[in-house]
Amino acid sequence: MRIVHVRGGVRLNGRKRRAERGRITSLPIPAYLNVPLKQHIGAPAEPVVRVGEHVLKGQLLGRPPGPMSAPVHAPTSGRVIAIGAAPAPHPSGLDTPTITVQSDGEEQWIELAPPIDPLALDAAAIEERIADAGVVGLGGAAFPAAVKLRLRTRHPIHTLIVNGAECEPYLTCDDRLMQERAEEIIDGVRIMLRALEQDRSGPSIRALIAIENNKGDALAALKKAASAHPGIATIAVPTRYPMGSEKHLIRAVTGKEVPARALAPEIGVLVHNVGTAFAIHRALRFGKPLISRIVTLSGGAVASPQNFEVLIGTPVSALLRAAGGLRQPPARLLMGGPMMGAMLPHAEVPIVKGTSGILALTSAEIAARPAAPCIRCGTCVAVCPCGLVPVEMVSQIRGGRLEGALRFGLLDCVGCGTCAYSCPSRIPLLQYLNFAKGELTARERTKHKAEEARRLAERRRLRLAQQAEARAATATARPRQQHRHPEGSEATGAPDRTTNPQVAA
Amino acid sequence: MFAAVFCLTLLGGALGLLLAVAAQRLKVNDDPLAAEIEALLPGSQCGQCGYPGCGAGAIAIAAGEAPVTLCPPGGRALAQRLASTLGIELDLSQVADGAPMVAVAREDICTGCTRCRKICPTDAILGAPRQLHAIIRDACTGCGRCVEVCPTESLALHPVAVTLETWYWPRPQLPI
Amino acid sequence: MKSKGARLILQPAPLLRSGLTTPAAMRDVVYALVPLVIGASWWFGLSALLVLLAATAGAVITEWIFSLGAARGQSLQDLSATLTGMLLGLTLPPGLPLWMAFVGGAASIGLGKLIWGGLGQNPFNPALVGRAFLLGAFPTAMTTWQAPSGPAGFLGIIPSNLALPLQQPTVDALSSATPLGLMKFQNQETPLPDLMLGHTAGCLGETSGLLILLGGVYLALRRSIDWRITVAVLFSASVFSGLLHLFDADNPQPIVALFSGGLLFGAIFMATDPVTSPVTPRGAWIFGIGIGVLAILIRTFGGYPEGIMYAILLMNATTPLIERVTQPRPFGRGRPTL
Repeated sequence: MRIVHVRGGVRLNGRKRRAERGRITSLPIPAYLNVPLKQHIGAPAEPVVRVGEHVLKGQLLGRPPGPMSAPVHAPTSGRVIAIGAAPAPHPSGLDTPTITVQSDGEEQWIELAPPIDPLALDAAAIEERIADAGVVGLGGAAFPAAVKLRLRTRHPIHTLIVNGAECEPYLTCDDRLMQERAEEIIDGVRIMLRALEQDRSGPSIRALIAIENNKGDALAALKKAASAHPGIATIAVPTRYPMGSEKHLIRAVTGKEVPARALAPEIGVLVHNVGTAFAIHRALRFGKPLISRIVTLSGGAVASPQNFEVLIGTPVSALLRAAGGLRQPPARLLMGGPMMGAMLPHAEVPIVKGTSGILALTSAEIAARPAAPCIRCGTCVAVCPCGLVPVEMVSQIRGGRLEGALRFGLLDCVGCGTCAYSCPSRIPLLQYLNFAKGELTARERTKHKAEEARRLAERRRLRLAQQAEARAATATARPRQQHRHPEGSEATGAPDRTTNPQVAA
Repeated sequence: MFAAVFCLTLLGGALGLLLAVAAQRLKVNDDPLAAEIEALLPGSQCGQCGYPGCGAGAIAIAAGEAPVTLCPPGGRALAQRLASTLGIELDLSQVADGAPMVAVAREDICTGCTRCRKICPTDAILGAPRQLHAIIRDACTGCGRCVEVCPTESLALHPVAVTLETWYWPRPQLPI
Repeated sequence: MKSKGARLILQPAPLLRSGLTTPAAMRDVVYALVPLVIGASWWFGLSALLVLLAATAGAVITEWIFSLGAARGQSLQDLSATLTGMLLGLTLPPGLPLWMAFVGGAASIGLGKLIWGGLGQNPFNPALVGRAFLLGAFPTAMTTWQAPSGPAGFLGIIPSNLALPLQQPTVDALSSATPLGLMKFQNQETPLPDLMLGHTAGCLGETSGLLILLGGVYLALRRSIDWRITVAVLFSASVFSGLLHLFDADNPQPIVALFSGGLLFGAIFMATDPVTSPVTPRGAWIFGIGIGVLAILIRTFGGYPEGIMYAILLMNATTPLIERVTQPRPFGRGRPTL
C-alpha cells in the first residue's frame, strides 16, 4: 500500500531504547488507589459507593450520568476511604473529584459475566459492553470508545485504522503491547469490525494497523497475528512526528484529509488506538472492565526504565518506588510524551486511563534555554503539519490581537508542538497558542455570561413593571386593601417576588 | 492657459460633487453607535461605571466621554470588544482586570433579610425571608450591589474559582 | 524519592528542542563569509581587512551602546551585529575611507535595525540600508574602484583609506572600473575566468564568483539559508537577462550577468536574510523572482551599473504583502482568503 506524504512534521530522536527491551511487568498492588471520576472527555461519573463501603475488584465506583461519559471501576478489592477532591494529574495542580480505595491485598474479583462469543453479538450489545467496561481511547485523549464506535450510525465507515504509530519520544507502551499481545489486539480489532459491519451492505470494512517503521518487532508480531484474517492488514508508516495524530495518520494511510473542524468518521474513517483494541478484547472476552493499562516509565532520572501494567489510580509516587526509584531528582516530571504530555507538579497524582507514560527527565535531556528574538526564519512554517503560520499567529497574540490569531487559523492548530520544538530562537510558540486558545474560550464564557445577565436583567425589569402596574390597578380598584400581598406570594422564592416593603423587615 | 483653467475647474467641480455625494450616502449617525455599544454592555444596570445604567454609559462611551474600560463586570473581554467596535487601540496591560468576581454568602451570619434579593439586577439570589440565601453563580455578574445593602456583612465578592476545565497556561513572560 | 508536596518546575510542552539555534545559524553565515574575506585580502591586500574591520566595528559598537539600557539585555552574543557589519564591509569598495566604513556600520545597525525595535523587527536588510546610506552620502567614494593588486601588494594600503573623518579623499590615480561599469559605460566585457576568481575591480566580497558559490553551498547544506530564494533570484536573473540578450546582443550573456557585480553575493547572502524575506515557501519563490527581474531591469535600463541592492531593498518592502497572499493551505481546508 502506498503511503501518502504528509506535509510538515519533524524527525525526532526517539529515545525509546532504554525502555523498549524489558517485558511488561505487573506492579505490586499499592496501599491505596485514587480513582478520579473524570478520566475521559465528557461528563464526570457519579459515585455509586459510599465511604466505608467494601468494594470488589472490578466493581462499579462511578456511573456515567449521560451518554457522553464513562464509568469508573474499582481497580482492586478494598475499602472506600474517601470520596472527595484530590490532586489531578494536571499541570495546574488543581483537585478533581476522586474516590480513594484502600486495598485489602486480596485481589478479590467481583463476579464476572459468563464468557460469551463476542463475535456472535450484535453491534448494540458490543457497544453496550464496551461502554459498561469504561473503555476510553488509550492513546491519550480518552474519548469514550463506545461513543466513537456508535458514530457508525451517523456516518458510513469504510476504514478502521488502528493507531500503533506511537510517535512521541520515550514512549514504548504500545510497542511492547503489540509485541507481547498481538493476538489479543487482533481479537479486539475483529470485535470492533464486527460492530462496525452490522447492517452494512456493500464492501466490507478494512482494518489497517498503522505502525511507525521504527518498530520492526511490533510490526512483525501484528503481521503474523493478522495473517489469518483477510480483512486486517498492517501498514508501516514513516517515523515522523506527529504521525500518531489522528488526522495526519489518516492522511498518510488513506490519502484523505479530514476537513478542518470535522470528525474523522465524516469521511468514513474510524481511528482507535492499539491499547483500546486490547481493552475491548478484555472487556468482551472476559467481561473485565478497564482497571489497568500499560504505562512506560522512562527518562534519564529513572533507575530502570520499563513498561508496567499499572492499576488505574496508582499514585505516580508508588510507581516510581516500585520501579526502583530515581537515580537523581528529576528536572521535570510529566505524564505522557515530552512533546504533548502534561507536566506534573508532584508525584502524588494518580495514573489514569489516558496515561501512556511517566517520564522523569533530567535537565540535560530537556536542554531548557532562554528565548531569543524571532528572526522570522520560517522554520515553524515549514514544519507545521497543519499548514499554519505559527510565527504570524504568535506575533498577533503577543500584540494582544487574539482575533487576528483566529483569522490565521488558531483553531486549526492541533497543539503538537512541532513549531516550538523546531524554533531556533526557543520561543515557546505552543504556549502562546495554548494561552490564546484558553483566553479566547474564557472570553467566550464571559460573553455568554454577559448575555445571560442581560436577559435576566431585562426579565426583572419587565416583572417589576408588571408588578407596579398590577399594584396600581389594585390600588385603583380596591383602595383600602393596598397593603395586601399580590397574588402568588412569598415562600416560593425568585420567580415570584414581591416588592412589598413590609416583607423586608 | 484657458485649457488649463478649464481642466482644473472641471476637475475641482467633479471632485467636489463626489465629496458631496459621499457625505450624503455614507453619513453616519451617532445614535446607532450608542445603541451598538449598549448591546455589548452587560445590561444589568448596576451603575458601577458611575452612569445611571448601561444606556447612559453607552452614550458616554459613544461621545468619547468615558473610557472603554469603564465596565467592571464586563472586564477585559468587554473592553477589548468595545475598543474594536470603536476602532481604537487599547493597551490591555493597563486594564485593571481583577479576576471575574461572584458574590458568596456566609451562611452563618445571613439573617435572611432579603434586601440583597431585591436589589440584585439579574435575579441571581434565591431565598425567602428568614431563610438562607443562595446565589446562582452563573447569573451573578459580580456587580457588588448586594454587598452594599447586606446589613450583616454576610455577602462578599470572591474571585471565580479556576477549575480543571477553565485553567489554561498563562501568557509566556518574555523580555523580548 | 521526592517528599510529598515538593513542587517541581512546570514548563509547558514540548520539553524537547531541536539542535538548531539562532546564534548557530548566524555563526554558519560568518563561516561561509570567511573564504570571501580571505579572497578579498588576497586581491586587495590589507585595505580589504581594514575596511571590513571598520564596518564591523561600527556595527558592533552601535549595537553595544544601544543595548546598554535595553530590557532584553545585551544582544551582542547573538552575533547578528557582527554579521551585519561583515556583510556591509564586503559590499564596500576597497579604497573607501575607513571612517566612512565605520559610519556605514553604525548606520546599518542604527537606521537599519535598532530604530525598528531590534533584531527581527526591521523591514529592510540592515547591511543594505547601511550601504544605501553610504551611497547616498558619499557617492564618489562609494563608486571609486581599485584594480586588484594581488598578493604582491598585500601591505600597500590604498591611500584614500586613511582620509581623515569628514574629509573627502583625494581621487586615486589607480582607480579602475568594475566589470558592470565597463560593460555599461564602455561596452567592454570582462573574461569569465577573471569573474570566477575575482580578478576584477569591485566591492570586497562580490568579485569572486567561485568563493561566493562555495559559501552558498555550505549554507544550503547546513539549511541556514532558504535555498528557494537564492535559486529563484539566480533563475529569474538568468532567464530575464537571457531574453534581453536575445533581443539585443549588446546585453551580456546570462552567465556573465550572473557572475558580474553583486548579483551572486546578494542572492546568497543578502536576499536570504530571514528577517526581511517572506516566511512562506511560495512567498520565497515570488520574492526571489522579483529580485532577479528587478536587478536586471535596473542594470539594463537604469542609471546604475548594478541594481541588486535596490532590487533587494524594494522586494524587502513587499515582503508583508507577499506573505499575505501566499499563506499556506491549512490542513483540511481550502486556500485561506485573507
